[in-house]
Amino acid sequence: MPVASKSADLIQKYEAEILQDWVQAQMAAVTSRPDLMQKAELQEQSRVLLQSLTQALRSKADVADIKGPAWQEVRDFLGSISESRARQGFSPSETATFVFSLKEPVFGRLQRELAKDGPALAAEMWALTVLLDKLGLYTTEVFQKGREEVIARQQRNMLELSTPVVELWEGILALPLIGTLDSERTQLVMEALLTRIVETGASIAIIDITGVPTVDTLVAQHLLKTVAAARLMGADCLISGIRPQIAQTIVHLGVELGDVTSKATLAGALAVALQRSGLAITRSPQRPA
Amino acid sequence: MDRIPILKMGEYLLVTVQVDMHDRLAMTLQEDLADRIVKARARAVLIDISALEVVDSFIGRMLGTIAAIARVLDAETVVVGMRPAVAITLVELGLALPGVRTALNVEKGMEILRRSLGKSEGNGAEASVQPADVDAQG
Repeated sequence: MPVASKSADLIQKYEAEILQDWVQAQMAAVTSRPDLMQKAELQEQSRVLLQSLTQALRSKADVADIKGPAWQEVRDFLGSISESRARQGFSPSETATFVFSLKEPVFGRLQRELAKDGPALAAEMWALTVLLDKLGLYTTEVFQKGREEVIARQQRNMLELSTPVVELWEGILALPLIGTLDSERTQLVMEALLTRIVETGASIAIIDITGVPTVDTLVAQHLLKTVAAARLMGADCLISGIRPQIAQTIVHLGVELGDVTSKATLAGALAVALQRSGLAITRSPQRPA
Repeated sequence: MDRIPILKMGEYLLVTVQVDMHDRLAMTLQEDLADRIVKARARAVLIDISALEVVDSFIGRMLGTIAAIARVLDAETVVVGMRPAVAITLVELGLALPGVRTALNVEKGMEILRRSLGKSEGNGAEASVQPADVDAQG
């Protein structure tokens, strides 16, 4: 179990000097971001990290195992730093460099202290390198995890937002699709549409694809699946909102929309739906003023 | 139950599936229905599957077969009351039942049958149930 007990004593002994050197080095480094963080804050963060590090080192914690309970405090602190720095606009490598930059001042002291004991110096330096590398990578990991959570949350939100089924008229539903259709979304859209068909007893559903950026064979297949499922529930489907470009793509790809009625605009589809329901819209002879 | 009852109502045959269909039951229904269409001189068959929670590919295909048999015997078939989950399953299985007419519930199914029978007989009174001519436009 590699430990770095000599470094612990050394860091404690020269804590103030090391801290000063470290902060100065960070301020002078090319990765320094005085626009994002004041010197006082940087100094405070460095101080807390150095202290909790020393504490863990003094308890003879294993430097190869930063997941252990002895490193809990250090991990928590680095986690919070990583999060707050990510919010402030630091890149993950800048945050990791914050940890790595501790090597220089500490190694300098070690070299002077253990100048006469070569093997001990090598062992200490190795132990500290292992430790600081791991801690630096840990900040990147935390950063990444935070990003992934954001992405997952946004994906969920998008799925929820993207499946509204609106009742245009009695017995006529509209399904305005926005964004690309993948199989997961098709499933959700289908479920939402079929549920609404049962609820409203609608006999016609208009699928509006104005907001679908591209229609390739896969998207077309998903659309036709939805149409087929709605038909099994006794509802006819119309497809509307086919932009000129999309019409060209559909024909060039040889996508077969089958016997599904398609209209260029939602208004056109609504007119067809009204006609099929035996309804008509007429202009009133007396227009309101 | 080893048989699904088939009710006759005028020119219509009504089949309400109340139990989970297994393959044997489905085959029996198919045979019974063919017999009854001929015997009762039925013009239309309405199959209500609103109680079916699970439909596998065999039952799905069987529905198509029944419709095809009925068509050969000059009777219209409409399948009504399919649940959303069942519809999705059938589509995912690749069984969109192209030859089968469908409706949301028994009422709408009867309306479809009445309209199509009325039309084939050229009966103006029946056609007035739904003023718009559905098939006349695209």
